[in-house]
Amino acid sequence: MAHDNSYVDKKFNVVGTRFNRPDGIDKVTGKARYGADASAPGQLVGKVLRSPHAHAQILKINTSKAEKLQGVKSVITFQDLPDLTGGDQGMADILENCMARGRALYDGHAVAAVAAVDEQTAAKALKLIDVKYKKLPHVTDVDEAMLPTAPVIHDRIFTRGVEPKPTKPSNISSRTEMGNGDVDAGFAQADVIIEHSFKTEQTHQGYIEPHACLASVNPDGTSELWVTTQGHFVFRNVCAGLLGLDIAKLKVTSSEIGGGFGGKTHVWVEPIALALSRKANRPVKMVMSRDEVFRATGPTSSTSIDVKLGAKKNGQITAAVAELRYQGGAFPGNWAMLACMTAFACYDIKNNKSIGWDVLVNRPKVAAYRAPSAPMAAFAVESAMDMLAKELRMKAIDVRLKNVAREGTLAPYGPTYGPIGIEDTLKAVKAHPHMRAKLKPNQGRGVACGFWFNIGGQTSTDLNIGVDGTVNLAVGTVDVGGSRSSLAMIAAEELGIDYEDVKANIADTTSLGHNDMTEGSRGTFSSGMATIYAAREAIEVLKQRAAITWGIPVEDVAWEAGHAVATGKGHGNLPKLSLREIAAKSGRTGGPIAGHNEVTADGAGMGFASHICDVEVDPETGRSTIVRYTVVQDAGKAINPDYVEGQFQGGATQGIGWALNEEYIYGADGRLQNPGFLDYRIPVCSDLPFIDTKILEIPNPSHPYGVRGVGETSIVPPLAAVANAIANAAGVRMGHAPMSPPRVLAALDAMENAG
Amino acid sequence: MSKSTLVSTTVNGDAVEFACPTDESLMTALRDRVGLTGVKEGCGTGDCGACSISLDGRLVCSCIVLGVEAEGRTIETVEGLSQNGDLHPLQQNFIDHAALQCGICTPGFLVAAKALLDRNPNPNESEIRYALAGNLCRCTGYDKIVRAVQATAKDMRKKGRS
Repeated sequence: MAHDNSYVDKKFNVVGTRFNRPDGIDKVTGKARYGADASAPGQLVGKVLRSPHAHAQILKINTSKAEKLQGVKSVITFQDLPDLTGGDQGMADILENCMARGRALYDGHAVAAVAAVDEQTAAKALKLIDVKYKKLPHVTDVDEAMLPTAPVIHDRIFTRGVEPKPTKPSNISSRTEMGNGDVDAGFAQADVIIEHSFKTEQTHQGYIEPHACLASVNPDGTSELWVTTQGHFVFRNVCAGLLGLDIAKLKVTSSEIGGGFGGKTHVWVEPIALALSRKANRPVKMVMSRDEVFRATGPTSSTSIDVKLGAKKNGQITAAVAELRYQGGAFPGNWAMLACMTAFACYDIKNNKSIGWDVLVNRPKVAAYRAPSAPMAAFAVESAMDMLAKELRMKAIDVRLKNVAREGTLAPYGPTYGPIGIEDTLKAVKAHPHMRAKLKPNQGRGVACGFWFNIGGQTSTDLNIGVDGTVNLAVGTVDVGGSRSSLAMIAAEELGIDYEDVKANIADTTSLGHNDMTEGSRGTFSSGMATIYAAREAIEVLKQRAAITWGIPVEDVAWEAGHAVATGKGHGNLPKLSLREIAAKSGRTGGPIAGHNEVTADGAGMGFASHICDVEVDPETGRSTIVRYTVVQDAGKAINPDYVEGQFQGGATQGIGWALNEEYIYGADGRLQNPGFLDYRIPVCSDLPFIDTKILEIPNPSHPYGVRGVGETSIVPPLAAVANAIANAAGVRMGHAPMSPPRVLAALDAMENAG
Repeated sequence: MSKSTLVSTTVNGDAVEFACPTDESLMTALRDRVGLTGVKEGCGTGDCGACSISLDGRLVCSCIVLGVEAEGRTIETVEGLSQNGDLHPLQQNFIDHAALQCGICTPGFLVAAKALLDRNPNPNESEIRYALAGNLCRCTGYDKIVRAVQATAKDMRKKGRS
């Protein structure tokens, strides 16, 4: 059934107010069950043996001693995960990433796994597995990996997107180019040209809950997987494919998820747990250690970026070019391509070009991290915007407003924008009291913008009305940020009932049609759309039941504020029927009342944000402290403003951590040196001020309520907002993130030495 | 299978005995042997605070305490916060102020915040931020957490006066 997803301006009763989340009590009392909180009768503990080398040939794996240890029930290597991917290289990469097949490609790459009766026995068994490695040359830096002299990680990789096709394999998996106009002509018109190079280090999503699952495979192939994931339907399909299981026989239940931010969109230990369980015919529980999470899940790319901007004296940008090099770990990705699409998306620049290089290195396979690839590109472009403003002697915000993208602007990646919010966010920033607040010595203020596409995707939702008139909403998008609250609000709004009468649940994979991941800020957008349509379908049923009760044609029944109302001539005296009254009689009027919807949600509205950051730089130590921070972002329509603010604040804080502290540090041996929260330092409570937020609502024309995704955009501006603030505080332009104390101090020293 | 030692403790006011190997952390013992999975594991190295408990009135990361060290001692976890069916004011304020998103860090924050308010019923913002600096949250940016603790301190002082 086709639905009209057009935005309709209407007055809301429930949407836009603040309700407590339905999972709140479970989460504050310790009752909420996460990935590691489930157990099954007879369960074993699974553990993984990981490569200590950055790159090594695996000559031999001898598991016989481990197998003989009392209490060990199964030991697996890649031979227990035969390649069933049938030429699908993407799936083959996932399989090889889950367990090395002849070569270890990064420090932490899984090599073998055991399942034993308890943790201690499993740990002992790992030590009894004898692996003979032959170390191979490795490369972990993105620029070094592109050199012709670099060790080649996969000899099957020939750079795509270059003509003629390369004759030799390399670590460059693809080249992407996109843009509009003629940049050479644009630079020829410029009065001022800025060129600068940037680097960003690799960061991790840093969710506090490590990956965990409980897998059980029966000899007949019926299986269950309890797992912390952003998308249990996708996990089901991938695991079934890798293990040769029937999709319908693998039931995947998503636990409460203790943070994901993109990092729980990929499988790592889940296929291993299933393979161990299949071999042992016992349930197997696996919980990653924090060290494993850092070394062997999917952090974001480290990058190297060049930006060139040309402008007229009046601030009009005549040309913009970016060259973006992103590593995707030991397997090909499309991260640089995403960077190309986002780099100049905030601006209306007639002549623009972005060239992306996707590069392989001996690091873990990169996964999505909140607006993946956009923060690094924005760090470079938004820093260059401030450098340009300085050169032009204009206010940084005015240069941005002079070139801002609007409805009708041709985006660098192809589409022409509909109504978008970037100009409004900049104007709101300009008018914000924060911009006029006085700064103290050693303090500076920076502004930066950010963009994220947002996505829709496949969604399936059920709405069931109980005989007491309360409503179960079964959704298939995992709740990562409070979506059960916002979706229950949407159902209540449509049905015209109280929020408290709707309970939203995340259904398992046997209970609903396929749902894509909760990624791309799509949870509330897509499931919200499906919830609206499911509720409207249920309303049609409710109207039919009222018509039956009254003995009148259904055409004469309308639905108003939670009640069926008889509208036709001659029915004027019929008292209206509440949802509760109709539900109570449902057994006698045709049975259960439900609404259902499957949709591929289209038209996710783009997200734009502008941030203001005040920083104080300690000239003695180079330490930068955030003293004030404001996020302004377009939400389209904030269903529950509490959780929209939460997304703004959380994303900004992750960006601040990236800007100031967080980085993967690899040694010359290619091993990760800081795989723990002590040495990989994410922001703590005492590092931060309150994060102020301002929600703008420029309706998305392609959602009935005007909703845009809000989850990701907030991580895009902070790197540059902090860099610009540091430049204004201390006079140094930091081109390398994180802008940690040693780097800032070195820049201050260099400035001083240069006189 | 490693040899286990019997440990007698008081957990959330009740006498509890469990047997655990001598190298097992108190966090694992509480989770896997006592069934208190509100004690969360985020790192296992005392860096994230998700496993925070009160041990004889002192705030500790239970992942870097051995289970056998709990012998004869008094433990309080998030499961003991609500009394007689009522949520603790911290619990209610965390919900009311949207101070949790994914919730995995929440038990540790609640235990740490209670430890703060027990010794300092009127903390300023900076004192709250430093008292909670041993607990990592990746979702919220701490903004609403600090506000929830401030609101609780205010509520409890008012209640104390009445």
